[in-house]
Amino acid sequence: MAHGAGALTAPPADTGGELAPPTESRPSGKEPRRARRHRVTWRQALRKDWRLYTFIALPVLFFLVFKYAPMVGNVIAFRRFRPGGNPLGDEWVGLYYFEMFINNQQFWTVFWNTVILGLLTLAICFPLPIVLALMLNELRSRRFKKIVQTISYLPHFMSIVIVAGLVLQLTSVNGTVNQLVTAFGGDPISFMQQPEWFRTIYVSSEVWQTVGWGTILYLAALTTIDDQLYEASRIDGANRWQQTWHITLPGIRPTMMVLLILNIGTFMAVGFEKVLLLQNPLIYSTADVISTYLYRVGIQSAQFSYGTAIGLFEAVIGLTLVLTANYASRRMVGASLW
Amino acid sequence: MVTETRTPDLAAVRQSTTTIKDTPGYRTFRWTNVVLLLLVCAVTLYPFVNLVAKAFSSEGFIAAGEVNLWPRGFNLDTFDVVMGDSLFWRNYANTLLYTVLGTAISMALTTPYAYALSRQHLKGRNFFIGIAVFTMFFGGGLIPNYILVADILGMRNTMWAIVLPGAISVFNLLVMKSFFENFPAELEEAAAIDGLTTYGVFFRIVLPLSKAVLATMTLFYAVGLWNSWFNAFLYLDQKELFPVTVYLRNLIAAATSPAAGTTGMEAVQIGANIQAVTMLLTVLPIICLYPFIQRYFVSGVMLGSVKG
Repeated sequence: MAHGAGALTAPPADTGGELAPPTESRPSGKEPRRARRHRVTWRQALRKDWRLYTFIALPVLFFLVFKYAPMVGNVIAFRRFRPGGNPLGDEWVGLYYFEMFINNQQFWTVFWNTVILGLLTLAICFPLPIVLALMLNELRSRRFKKIVQTISYLPHFMSIVIVAGLVLQLTSVNGTVNQLVTAFGGDPISFMQQPEWFRTIYVSSEVWQTVGWGTILYLAALTTIDDQLYEASRIDGANRWQQTWHITLPGIRPTMMVLLILNIGTFMAVGFEKVLLLQNPLIYSTADVISTYLYRVGIQSAQFSYGTAIGLFEAVIGLTLVLTANYASRRMVGASLW
Repeated sequence: MVTETRTPDLAAVRQSTTTIKDTPGYRTFRWTNVVLLLLVCAVTLYPFVNLVAKAFSSEGFIAAGEVNLWPRGFNLDTFDVVMGDSLFWRNYANTLLYTVLGTAISMALTTPYAYALSRQHLKGRNFFIGIAVFTMFFGGGLIPNYILVADILGMRNTMWAIVLPGAISVFNLLVMKSFFENFPAELEEAAAIDGLTTYGVFFRIVLPLSKAVLATMTLFYAVGLWNSWFNAFLYLDQKELFPVTVYLRNLIAAATSPAAGTTGMEAVQIGANIQAVTMLLTVLPIICLYPFIQRYFVSGVMLGSVKG
């Protein structure tokens, strides 16, 4: 709170440069270059740099065909699409398909499932890499640190199919988790058939898979913190905990904010592939999310326009979230994606 | 104490302060920390160890829930069964093909684009960066993509549906761009003065000196393609074209199929050993390469973070 107010009221170098530099120095570094450059017409640019433009042509074509054409294709959310007919739909139906899902009880179930799963993932999977990075940072033995890092990165390299396979095996009735349960005197639970367990299982597997890899950027940020700050604080009598709280955490705050924004942006698209691989009809009541519902009604039942409307709705929420988070972060902390 | 430590010799300060800070409380903290990290390692590795144990165990022991860290009822028959399945090898070869072809296409598109975008003077540069970056935050969505790839472009049941739609990763593109931006400009200027065109500079100066970043990006793409399954699942319906990940997915889905209803539990048990063997064979290349490739990935991610 205090930091937010400070940054808001005193935009100049009042914050002692602890978070301002990256955003502050970039525009000023570009100033002279822009002044030096005189305006070049497209004709001149093409004549001079045509070889560079040949480098650009194919990739731009790629983006137009595979990224922007589908964006245009979203128009079928407003037009009735018939397989074999016009790929952009046959006639306008306005918001018909949007009303269709807004009035659909099943849609709201998957919507709230998505939000809950997204919030849980964000709340648990975002802070844990920071904690792990701080723990690794406290290690004195470089070798041990390397070993821990190497091991914790490993799950990141696994295919999502393998991860789902491992999860299903560990949570099966005779799997390790149930062996622990019975060892402590409980009855075996058929985890993947009981809706109330899905969120726990999903988030745990997400932690297992991402926490180690998530530390990389924090560890990089930690190495950039000036050692003199620690020395000065020690002389002032700060203990280890105070150092962490007042030097280390503020030092990695820009990194934290950037990663938080990125996480918020993907929040609505919660692990589509993993959920799809893990779910089964018995646990749809908690394990069905917008993207998997969309896959089922859109692709499997071939309701293309209806599916597109849902997808567009989801994408707009995602975009809004990322823009809002970025704006809020820039205003409050001074760190942002752009 | 304070005056003592205010010596100009920083090393001495560091040494004296660390000895001061080694209070019993801090010592306990450090040991707790080490123990917790060992626990993290154990939890991370356990599923893999368990997988290997199951792959070498016999089904009965797995079904009885007696396989944890060590195989019980050692048997290799399942390896024969899985490796004797011609479809498995076919799909394995497909994965290899998709990975090699896809990586080549991705690199051929990403590298020149990243290089062009790194040229500060290029007119329209911000626009060309913008159209790439925008796709990081907004996409066309599943269904329009599906219609495009499957129907309009007619790539259903072809390998192009696997290797083309995701050919450029914007993240990789930005990493490469920032690498090329830091490339010493003098070298390129000198080459240009000696008469090399942009093509000459790119192919004969820049690329040979960028082997590290090229290798890193190749690995990023290759591992991504090796592990991918969804595009294949979506666009292919002929078994002979599947990559091994989809083979594996179908195996697991069949074992846990809800169609089995209440007997689903038994179905899981029946497949556990075969599943474990197939999973093990699928991850084997990654596990073997992992110690060598891991550090490239880390440096690649850090390179990307420099850009901010």
